[in-house]
Amino acid sequence: MGKELSPGDRVRVREDFPPGHIRTPVYVRGKEGVVTRAFGAFPNPEVLALGRDGLPKKALYEIRFRQTDLWPDYAGSPYDTVDIDIYEHWLAKV
Amino acid sequence: MHEHTHHHHDHDQDHDHVQPHAPPAKDEKIHSYYQVLGLALKELLLEKNILTADEIRQTIEFRDSITPAAGARIVARAWTDPAFKKRLLANGTEAIKEFGLDMGATILDVVENTPKVHNMIVCTLCSCYPRGVLGLPPSWYKSREYRARAVREPRAVLAEFGTHLPDTVEVRVHDSSADLRYLVLPMRPAGTEKMNEEQLAALVSRDCMIGVSLPRPI
Repeated sequence: MGKELSPGDRVRVREDFPPGHIRTPVYVRGKEGVVTRAFGAFPNPEVLALGRDGLPKKALYEIRFRQTDLWPDYAGSPYDTVDIDIYEHWLAKV
Repeated sequence: MHEHTHHHHDHDQDHDHVQPHAPPAKDEKIHSYYQVLGLALKELLLEKNILTADEIRQTIEFRDSITPAAGARIVARAWTDPAFKKRLLANGTEAIKEFGLDMGATILDVVENTPKVHNMIVCTLCSCYPRGVLGLPPSWYKSREYRARAVREPRAVLAEFGTHLPDTVEVRVHDSSADLRYLVLPMRPAGTEKMNEEQLAALVSRDCMIGVSLPRPI
């Protein structure tokens, strides 16, 4: 955390299952993808969900995953991808 | 007044109706747990004077006034006006204000289909949807089945909507998980060169803008 990510950076999503309102879908936790866009900082939904202010804000990134990295038996084209917007505290550069 | 004096058994003589009235159906709908929760919340908000019944009604009325026709007009404009298309792709939230539309607290991101990339939208966590330009989502969009399968086997889902894409095209699924809402800008169909904006808008269905379908060919 703290270090900004840039488009092209390869990242791994934290493999963690804390309770609460988490906007990081379970199926990408522990998976690797690539940063495609940086959107700036937004209130943290995990804090907003508790009725609080959502501060400190968290940087939000668009991460592109290859379907074949998400599902070993993926039946579509090897080109297929999923884009998901993920907050910085769920991402680590690899 | 006097109609009511002989209000016995022959209703159809008292009124203009050709057919006799069926008795009104009883409202026996059983509410689900979440519907009860929603009603309880609404009643509390009213009771505590946080919202008025008219504010709730107005909001519903506003929500209902936005239909996929708004999105279709945006797509048709993007097809015919390259400068607008540029603005739309660069900043969808700002560009749709030219149509009097507003995304509220969310950001609109317009994703463009190309011969190499086909975009498709889902929200696996709940039902995030570009309501500011398409209105309320269809019920299938909110179903567990669509939400689970769109990211697991998108091509099988597309095939069920009658959409078949070659393996050389990248199917790019956007899982709306945060502050952005996605709208698919489909490719303009061939043979539409002479059509005007209004005629083009008629080719663009809601499902094209969710990315499960393609504009009607000419």
